[in-house]
Amino acid sequence: MIEINTVTKRYGANTVVDAVTMTIAPQTITVIVGTSGSGKTTLLRMINRLVEPSEGTIRIDGEDILAIPGYQLRRRIGYAIQGHGLFPHRTVAQNIATVPELLGWDRARIDAKVAELLTLFQLDPAAFGNRFPHELSGGQQQRVGVARALAAEPNVLLMDEPFGALDPIIRAKAQDDLLAIQKHFGTTIILVTHDMDEAFHLADKVAVMDKGRLLQYDAPAELVLRPATPFVETLIGAADRPLRLLSIAKAAEVVEPGAAEGEPLSATDSLRDALSALMWSGRETLPVAGEDGTILGHVSLQALLQRAARPQ
Amino acid sequence: MRFRPDKLGVVIAALALCGVLLAPFSLFRANRIVPGEAKSLLDSLPAWAGLLLLAAVIAASLVALARSPAVVRLAVAAVCLVALLLGIGLAALHLTPPENSYARVSPASGFWLLCFAFALLAADAITRLKPKPLARILFLAAALLVIAFVLLSGSWDELSLLKEYANRAETFWLEAGRHVMLALGSLLAAVVAGLPLGILCHRTPALRGAVLNSLNIVQTIPSIALFGILIAPLGWIALNVPGAAAIGIRGIGMAPAFVALFLYSLLPVVANTVVGLGGVPRDVNEAARGLGMTDSQRLWRVEFPLALPVILTGVRIVLVQNIGLATIAALIGGGGFGVFVFQGIGQTAMDLVLLGAAPTVLLAFVAAIVLDALIDMNAKASNRKTTA
Amino acid sequence: MSRWLPPFLRLGLLALLLAFLFRPAWFSGLLQPLVQDGAPAIYNQGDLLTLTLLHLRTVAIATLGATVVAIALAVLVTRPIGAEFLPLSRSLVNIGQTFPPVAVLALAVPAVGFGEKPTLIALFLYGLLPIFENALTGLTTLPPSVMEAARGAGMTGFQRLVRIEIPLASPVMLAGIRLSVVIGLATATIGSTVAAKTLGEVIIAGLQSNNLAFVLQGGLVVAALAVLIYDAFSALERAAARRMGRI
Repeated sequence: MIEINTVTKRYGANTVVDAVTMTIAPQTITVIVGTSGSGKTTLLRMINRLVEPSEGTIRIDGEDILAIPGYQLRRRIGYAIQGHGLFPHRTVAQNIATVPELLGWDRARIDAKVAELLTLFQLDPAAFGNRFPHELSGGQQQRVGVARALAAEPNVLLMDEPFGALDPIIRAKAQDDLLAIQKHFGTTIILVTHDMDEAFHLADKVAVMDKGRLLQYDAPAELVLRPATPFVETLIGAADRPLRLLSIAKAAEVVEPGAAEGEPLSATDSLRDALSALMWSGRETLPVAGEDGTILGHVSLQALLQRAARPQ
Repeated sequence: MRFRPDKLGVVIAALALCGVLLAPFSLFRANRIVPGEAKSLLDSLPAWAGLLLLAAVIAASLVALARSPAVVRLAVAAVCLVALLLGIGLAALHLTPPENSYARVSPASGFWLLCFAFALLAADAITRLKPKPLARILFLAAALLVIAFVLLSGSWDELSLLKEYANRAETFWLEAGRHVMLALGSLLAAVVAGLPLGILCHRTPALRGAVLNSLNIVQTIPSIALFGILIAPLGWIALNVPGAAAIGIRGIGMAPAFVALFLYSLLPVVANTVVGLGGVPRDVNEAARGLGMTDSQRLWRVEFPLALPVILTGVRIVLVQNIGLATIAALIGGGGFGVFVFQGIGQTAMDLVLLGAAPTVLLAFVAAIVLDALIDMNAKASNRKTTA
Repeated sequence: MSRWLPPFLRLGLLALLLAFLFRPAWFSGLLQPLVQDGAPAIYNQGDLLTLTLLHLRTVAIATLGATVVAIALAVLVTRPIGAEFLPLSRSLVNIGQTFPPVAVLALAVPAVGFGEKPTLIALFLYGLLPIFENALTGLTTLPPSVMEAARGAGMTGFQRLVRIEIPLASPVMLAGIRLSVVIGLATATIGSTVAAKTLGEVIIAGLQSNNLAFVLQGGLVVAALAVLIYDAFSALERAAARRMGRI
């Protein structure tokens, strides 16, 4: 659990983060969104003390972060940034081994961890371990960047626009990978982005910041249904509201009993994908299949439209 | 709040303290050759002047230690430097017995240390003020005026340096003329030859490697050797080409020095022309082509103005380098300030070395500041051109 | 970082240089036409090989000293503790480079006397500037995302310096050292005007006795050394830079 309590950061007369209070539940993904200059990156960087707060306290699992020397704190918290920041003079394996080496793990444990992470990120350890970062594609570099952040098995992972430099196709894949990794390790992730689609795709809870203030901190659906301020409404995009609602729910949630014609949807598809498939196929209903391929029932256009409508 | 001294101020105060307490301010010698007798600041000057200078140094150190504004620091440094210049002249007057034309007084390590400390303070203040190019030239002009005033006022006349000068005033200006002629003349020749060569290299990539490599290799030949090597071919030309001797081409003297400096100058001029032209943004060139400019219109209206700051940087390198290298010309009879430097080394007369070295350093310094200012003005101008 | 010579020419030059230094007599026929009245064609007032080694030693000691001091200073002014000195140190480098080497050399004589010492001082001071300038460039132009990642990974200031900053800045630093060595090789010859034992002795002897062969052999040995050392450094820089994907 991360407790941020009335944290403020000032540079001279300029208040960049203004009395932000929020509590982040363990093993969830929190996405901080806002325009550039909203203070979202500063807030993130205060959690691992790359920026020292001017006021307020931050506790991780009850422990005040100011009680730990900054560099030791950072070794316990994963950190991944836009443009990956891989060390160009060290191999992929050496990059990933950075924090375990700083922590003084023994060689065998480090090697095992590096191999495990590379495999997890679909990079063959034998083929990629000894390459230098500039020999990888953008997507591979980004994956190594995240692997490096996770190498010392941190409970908390901070990510600053981690997918900002990727093209749309690789980005979607990287986001799905991140969700899988988060399930695998149960890491608490705090991620900063200005991409609302990304936020809705990943977040358990979204924090909206503007001019240093935390405007709303809620589940994605709440943001759409009950935006706290006009700014939040604008940021989400009024025209996209129904689609945003659909994008955060899974097909499994609206399955009705009964058969239907056509190519089955997966229970884990978002309702947005389901709507898309329904419209494209021109059908009123489509079957839904579970992970093992058994048909669970069907989704109907009608149910989706109800789901997307403003609650009465 | 606790007093936190300025870190540079600590360094400056320490230097000044060493300069006042540990090192001699001036050196007194009964004649030009004998070893000298070191005199401390207070021994060198009449009591009132010594105490005044001491007070000024202490006050300035305190200003440096406090986190004072840059303008104040600059003013204090300037006052101290002028006081030091006047002080060393006064020391010479004070220490030289009346009617004694053999005694010599020269500045000693303490004087140099104090000068260095306050020059450091001034340089730091000027760096912090970030003056515009024109203001920098004005600062320079003011400093030169002060030096000229000190020299012309006669307050340094008893100083050994000026006694050396007085003994050879005529030669001094002759050699000064030669020095400037060598440095500037070879630069001019290098620009006249190097610019077209650079443009040619830019347009013909095949030529570029060969030309730049040859010029690079010329740079590795030590200056004294290159000067010497050129004696033979130039001597041959003087003997065998009709009219060559009449226009001053000789085996020894200025001609080989001039040619050597010219050869050294070519690389920076050509290389910077190539780099400057190569650095012109592609889209600007494309746009110029798209507007229907011919190659030569494009060169003169677009590429050349944009490349000018880089080319000027090459010119700055050459000029500063040539002013320094021209001192070597004296070894092959080419004249210049090097004459005094090498004579001084030969006679172990350091004031004579200084008579050659000081104007050389001053000349190089002035050239660097003026050209840096010019480059800045041009860089701003061409930035405006690209963004407009 | 271009290479001056293709590899086979470089090997040839090295072979030629070694042959000349070990068996100068082989070349006397070649140089004979340059001298008059039966003067010696090969320098005869000392051993060329010894002078070359002394020349190299002088440059090596001065450059080593300059490298250590310049990099230490560059590291200092790029740490928070020395940050106040950064703007000034940039200006000082700029001003320092306007001092002609001869002036530095001549002015060092009163402080330390004639011989190798003033040469070492002049080479050291003159060598400081390009190394310091390059080290400063290298340390201040590190990719911000890499530095952010290094801090974020929990490296201490010292660990960042040793593991990240210095290795990443090393190609640029090497370029500064290379520049300094090449300038030093040429400047060391001037040291012979204050009685340092360098190849300048050969050139000056040639100038004094009007012996072009001496001037030429002294000059060409220095030039060959400079070209070979320049190329060796360039190769090192390329190797360092290639590892980082800068090429």
